[in-house]
Amino acid sequence: MDGVAAHFNVNGQSVRVEIEPRTTLADCLRQDLKLTGTHIGCEHGVCGACTVIVDGAAVRSCLMLAVQADGAQIITVEGLSQDDTLSPLQAAFRKHHALQCGFCTPGILTTAHALLSDEPEADRERIREVLSGNLCRCTGYLPIVDAVLEAREAYAAGEMAEKD
Amino acid sequence: MKPPRFDYARPSTLSEAVALLAAHGSEARPIAGGQSLMPMLALRLVAPRLVVDIGRIEGLDSITIAPDGSVTLGALVRWRDIERHPRLQAAHPMLVAATGHIAHYAIRNKGTVGGSLAHADPAAELPGIAVACDGEITVVGPGGARTIAAGDFFTGTLATALRPDELITQLWLPAWRAGRRWAFEEFARRRGDFALAGVALFYDVDAQGCAAAPHVAAIGVADRPRRLSAVEAAIAGRKTTQDVIRKASDVAHDSVDPDDDIHAPADYRRALLAELTERALARAAGLPLREVA
Repeated sequence: MDGVAAHFNVNGQSVRVEIEPRTTLADCLRQDLKLTGTHIGCEHGVCGACTVIVDGAAVRSCLMLAVQADGAQIITVEGLSQDDTLSPLQAAFRKHHALQCGFCTPGILTTAHALLSDEPEADRERIREVLSGNLCRCTGYLPIVDAVLEAREAYAAGEMAEKD
Repeated sequence: MKPPRFDYARPSTLSEAVALLAAHGSEARPIAGGQSLMPMLALRLVAPRLVVDIGRIEGLDSITIAPDGSVTLGALVRWRDIERHPRLQAAHPMLVAATGHIAHYAIRNKGTVGGSLAHADPAAELPGIAVACDGEITVVGPGGARTIAAGDFFTGTLATALRPDELITQLWLPAWRAGRRWAFEEFARRRGDFALAGVALFYDVDAQGCAAAPHVAAIGVADRPRRLSAVEAAIAGRKTTQDVIRKASDVAHDSVDPDDDIHAPADYRRALLAELTERALARAAGLPLREVA
């Protein structure tokens, strides 16, 4: 089984990786690119912890081969803010205590970022529906939904650019 | 990393893809959105030698509404494409409603029409819609294309009439008539889960106000999506009154023979199907849902 090469852009940086074809995008991000903010929970698409944004859409990085991302623009949780400044979404999570152990948080942040970038007017029901695909077992969803609701304003005002 | 080792190919045309599948037979598996195959690989339920990425083949990702109203979905159409299509809600409301039940946000960004049909989960929504609507699935292999009626395409749990060297290219759904009565109802324990059972049904209303040409299909209650012809017979030519609906619901209960499994016992699934059939018929008829005593 030969290695394959893939080129893509992660958080504004162009990268080239050589990987086994079976390498998931999640493993590639964590192990080859050392972007360990993306968490791996179930590794078969159930938990949502590994969610990243590929070409503008939230996807499960465990359900995508890294080689399939060839040519793609990828945003991981590391790309949601500039330097050490929290983005409005992240700041809202802090304010509302929307994370406890933090394991599910990267996937929830990327999912919420994709959602609000696309639908800044998303209401509570829509946010709940979208976040139903991300399992949180300790924080509880109420503060998470409150935080996402609060962050809508920044997206509507166009204050949310990813790192570039 | 959980998937077994395999080689990877990304053909840019359909004929290259088919040639690769033909050369490797059952040792090759196509991948597109990967939302069914990747879990199967992670769980090692499949261990192909070659994965053929058909995701970048052009011409397979369009949604077409013909002048006669029939709808063609290319194999690479994703759930989000169906949800966001400006005219599909009017052209085929039941398809759009059923799509709303499929999996979760991130999965809907990747999962495809062809993948769902080829995976053939007995509880999957799109196979149920295809069977309910007398859809036709076009596949292409080394000998050319052939079209298979949806009712003949699904042959068992995760099993289809698709040969190892064939690829699905499209699903065709007959024109949806204006004024049609319809409903799609399913029950899952958590949002986004596969349904424990579901019902897709529609009928037209004739000049006497009676149900004409009813189509009723169920998912999750057999090894494949199936039509409930006895339920269709119970409403055909009748006004869908509460009484007729109640009887049709009983017929639904007695017309399936599901297995017990870890998710639900057989009796529960039968009762659930009866309830969903009643709700769907009431919704289609514009009647209030019966209060649970």
